[in-house]
Formats: sequence, structure tokens, C-alpha cells
Amino acid sequence: MTHETASSLQPPKVIFSPIGWMREHLFSSVWNSILTLITLYILWLLVPPVIEWAFLKASWVGTSRDDCTPGGACWVFIAQRWSQFMYGFYPEALRWRVDLAGILAVLWGGPLLFQRFPWKKLFGFSFLIGYPLIAWWLLYGGDLFGMTTVPTDQWGGLMLTLVIAAVGIAGAMPLGILFALGRRSELPVIKAVSIAFIEFWRGVPLISVLFMSSVMLPLFLPEGMNFDKLVRALIAVVLFQAAYIAEVVRGGLQAIPKGQYEAAQALGLNYWQMMGLIILPQALKLVIPGIVNTFIALFKDTSLVIIIGLSDFFMIIHRATVDPAWLGFATEGYVFAAAVYWIFCFGMSRYSIALEKRLNTDHRR
Amino acid sequence: MNETATATTTPNRIASHKTAEAMIVMEHVNKWYGDFHVLKDINLTVARGERIVLCGPSGSGKSTTIRCINRLEAHQSGRIVVDGIELSDDVRQIEAIRKEVGMVFQHFNLFPHLTVLENCTLAPIWVKKMPKKEAEVIAMHFLERVRIPDQANKYPGQLSGGQQQRVAIARALCMKPKVMLFDEPTSALDPEMVKEVLDTMIELAEEGMTMLCVTHEMGFARTVADRVIFMDKGEIVEEAPPEVFFTNPQNERTKQFLGQILNH
Ligand SMILES: Nc1ncnc2c1ncn2[C@@H]1O[C@H](COP(=O)(O)OP(=O)(O)OP(=O)(O)O)[C@@H](O)[C@H]1O
Ligand SMILES: [Mg+2]
Repeated sequence: MTHETASSLQPPKVIFSPIGWMREHLFSSVWNSILTLITLYILWLLVPPVIEWAFLKASWVGTSRDDCTPGGACWVFIAQRWSQFMYGFYPEALRWRVDLAGILAVLWGGPLLFQRFPWKKLFGFSFLIGYPLIAWWLLYGGDLFGMTTVPTDQWGGLMLTLVIAAVGIAGAMPLGILFALGRRSELPVIKAVSIAFIEFWRGVPLISVLFMSSVMLPLFLPEGMNFDKLVRALIAVVLFQAAYIAEVVRGGLQAIPKGQYEAAQALGLNYWQMMGLIILPQALKLVIPGIVNTFIALFKDTSLVIIIGLSDFFMIIHRATVDPAWLGFATEGYVFAAAVYWIFCFGMSRYSIALEKRLNTDHRR
Repeated sequence: MNETATATTTPNRIASHKTAEAMIVMEHVNKWYGDFHVLKDINLTVARGERIVLCGPSGSGKSTTIRCINRLEAHQSGRIVVDGIELSDDVRQIEAIRKEVGMVFQHFNLFPHLTVLENCTLAPIWVKKMPKKEAEVIAMHFLERVRIPDQANKYPGQLSGGQQQRVAIARALCMKPKVMLFDEPTSALDPEMVKEVLDTMIELAEEGMTMLCVTHEMGFARTVADRVIFMDKGEIVEEAPPEVFFTNPQNERTKQFLGQILNH
């Protein structure tokens, strides 16, 4: 502050030039230049045909396979089946209910994903309590206000996939945290139960859990008592993913220095205050990549529910590709399925990066 | 704040007048880590307003002793009474004691995900159920006392070590503790920052805070301490006012220790 000249110096300006950038990053050495050229050649071989197929020679409008030109993708197929891909066999006249549930989720839950705003806590709380009830009422129906019931075996398509993924994530997160805390508990019973739970669910494939839920569970339940197939699948997914989340979170808990626990205790915080205010906020922040990784895997694993006869997004598309009216367009179907899964997973991935940046207050040295 | 109300809600205060005078009483305290006898029959009484410095070689059990006082470590036999509350396995007793005992650690242990101000208001808000506004006023008061009010909205990672330790002191003071425990508060600091932390501690002592400090800052012990206690191998070996302790130590081990620490 005493040195006027030093403090008034500006940082050096960085001038961006494309040629300079290329020289530095792509052609900095002979070997690097060769690699760059090979890569460009491979891209040249691969990319134009794909673009040609997917966009340039593709057919976009029409009503049947006759409107498609050979040599390009037939997106007419996707367009024609669009609403089935989205809603499955949900009655057409009632699909506005699904839309409404989706819009509510975006408007009510969406803001919670982003910056702080006044009343965020209250808003979030109302969403966590209110939204599941309202969404269930909208999607399933029930006697309240004479909503027509839509049994879950008519649910399908992307809507079903999103329901399973959302319930899976919303259920697995808190349960996983509890089991992570349980596994580190000093109370032997809680610790043993947590370890048993985690190791059981981590040790069996999800597909066998789903099978068991539909084949074995009815054997144990009393006669006449019938659990909804979707509910069983949801419970299986939640428990299964909770075990994974628990281990991810435990990794985070282990990374928190003992001094943080001691400082919290010395200030008189009780166990739940210490965990909720000091330890978990830090531990969860550390394991955001692991948590999002688990959720991305969960999102894709939802497609396993087809083996108990639910028609999720992937299954609906798969079925459409074997429809005689559209035989031969399987590629378009699977490419579309992959693209949609990719968009959701990539979205989660980007969100996790943004979240990490936003929460990075440590400035650890 | 009603005096009788607070008295009745505090669990099991002991009314005996010997303990009523004392802030901390440790009687025949023993502790083992497995087979290792860390604390051997520790007897220590800290009167209200008294400033005590605890020193001794590394591994002698100084940290363990003060950490037993707020139950960061459990002792296995003997009695510990803090402000009339006897320490037991009862969580309510432990929490009652922790509300009255502030602690400052060697490595600060600030909460890195909270701002300096939030670090200071957290416990008053959650433990004492104080309204946020009031807690912030108190926090700013103590941050001014440790001379860093302008850093209130920074995160701990943005501060220097000395500043962090002063925040840690302010954070403990915000709970309005009756005793402050310090565990080598300056030994993780760069030399030029030691003074600012010691000055804060000296001011605190001058205001009459009851303090129990583990430190090797002998200058601090000389100017501030009412008594200096020397521990070795889990025992209290010698206990004397600083002028006697430094000029005329009785025990061989004390002499040896002082020789090492003062002549380097
Ligand atoms: N959790 C533990 N388990 C086993 N032994 C321990 C544990 N904590 C401390 N000890 C041992 O107890 C003894 C006393 O430790 P303590 O930390 O109280 O020493 P100290 O006097 O504070 O030493 P320093 O000056 O190095 O901080 C040491 O020998 C230490 O190795
Ligand atoms: Mg120590």
C-alpha cells in the first residue's frame, strides 16, 4: 500500500490469437503435430458420414415409412411415436396430468437447484413434503376430487423412467446418508445393522433384486395382499442405490479431520447438530462427484425394470422398433434413446461441476 | 435471563462449598489408553478467575488432561467437576459442561465451509437457541475484541494463521464460557503471529477469565499465570507460582525441562 507504483500496476493482458493457440497446443513438437494430423484424419473419416446420415440426408416430416428416403435417418419414426415414447400407455386424455406434474417439478423444484434466494428453505421444505403427494395424486389419481385412477401398469416411456430415477435419487440420498452415519456409529447394534444392509445390497445385482421383488416377495406376503409392481421396483431401486450412496458418503466422512468433530463437540453441539451443520456439509461437498456418478448409473440402470414387465423409455422404443409398420428403423430408435439418456446424464454431470464451484469456499492452502 | 431458572435447568449441581468455590476440580483422575497409563492420579483445582499454565515434555499427558475436562476424552476413574457439574456418562451433563467451557485448539479447527461470522454465531444459535441477530451482535463484539471485525465475511481459508486462531478464540468466547481451555494455541503459528495471539490471551486474562493453558510460551506463563503446573509421564510433578517455578524449581525433572526449554 505504501508503494504507489507497485499497487497501480495492471496484470499483464493476455491476448488470444487462434494461430498462437494452435501452435502452442496442437503443433508444439513433431510428435504432437503427427498426433494432431492423425486425429484430424480420423475425425474426417468418421464425422461427415454421421452428419450426413443424421441430418443432411435425414427425413423429418411425414406419417409413414414411405416418407423416408433411404440413405438417411428416418426421424419420422420418432416423431410418429413421440407421445408413446414419452407417456407409454398412459391414457391419452389424461396425459395433461403428467405434463402438469412435470411443469410443477420444474417450477417448484427447479429453483432449488440454483443460487440462494429469500425463503429458499421454506420453499425447499414445501417442495420436499408437498411435491411427492401432489405428483402421486396427479399421476396415479385417486378419490380426491374425483381424479381417475391410472394404474401403474399403464405408466411407461420417459415418464416412467423419470419417476423411477427421481424416486430413486430422492429416496436413496437420505437413506444412504443415514447408513453411512450408522456404519461409523459407536453403537454396535446400529453399526452392525448398517454394515449388513450395505454389504447385502452392494453384493447382489440389481437385476436379481428386481426379480426377487416380483417373484419371491408375493410368496412371503399373505394371500390377497398385493403390492403394486412399480412400488416394489421403486423400493428395490431405493434400497439398492442407498447402499452405494452410503459408501460414497462414508468416504467423505472419513476425509473430515478429527479436529472438526472436536471443535463442534467442544462448542456443545449435539450429535445431529454436529453432523448436520459441520460434518455432512463438508463431507457431501467432497463427494459430489461420487454421488453424481452413482446417480448417473442409477438413471441408466432404471432400464433394468423391463425385466419385471415395466415399459420404461428404453423398452417402449425397443418395442416400437419391432412393430411391423416400422421394421428396419431400429438404429434410429436406439440412437434416439441413447441421445435422450445422454442429455439427462450430461445435464447431471454439468450440474455437479457447477455445484462444486459454487460450494467451493475452502480456499485451503 | 432469570437466575433461578438457569440454575434449575442445569443438571445436578453439587452444592458442597469446597467445589462451589472452584471452577474445575479434578480428583484422583486416571486414564489409560489400552495398557498405557496416560494420566496417573491427577489432582487439580482451578479457582474462579485463576490462570493456570500447564507445561511438560511432549507426550506427558497435557492435552489429555484438558481434553478430559470437556469430555473430548473420557477418564476411567476419579472425579471431574466443572462449575459444580460433575462429569458423568450422562449426555446432558456433558453438554451442560461444554456450554460453559470454551476450547482453543492447536490447529484452530475453524469450520472451513462457514464464514468467520457464521463460525462465531453457530453455537450460540444452535446450542443456546439465541436469535440470529443477537448472536451476530455478540459475534461482532468479540471479533472486535480480537481485532478482526473487518474479516467477518471471509472464509477461514482466506485468513492468516494468527487471524484464524484469534477467530477461534472469538468463536469460543461467543458462548460466554466460564472457563477457557487452550491447547498449545501458538505452536502451529509462524513466529511473527505468535504475539498477536498471546496479546489476545493476555487481555482475556486481565479481564478475569478463568484460564487453563497448555503452552510452552514461558514469557506468557511468567506474566499471566497464577500457577504453573509441570507434568511428566502422566503425573503432576510440580506446581508453583511462576516466580517460584522459574527461579527455584524443586523437582529434578522440572529443572531438566526448564533447562531445555529456556536455553535453546
Ligand atoms: N488416542 C490415543 N490412543 C493411544 N495413545 C494416545 C492417544 N492419544 C494420546 N496418546 C498417548 O498419550 C500420551 C499423552 O498424550 P498427550 O497428547 O496428552 O500429550 P501432550 O502432553 O499433549 O504432548 P504434546 O506436547 O506432544 O502435545 C502420549 O504418549 C500419546 O502417545
Ligand atoms: Mg498436546
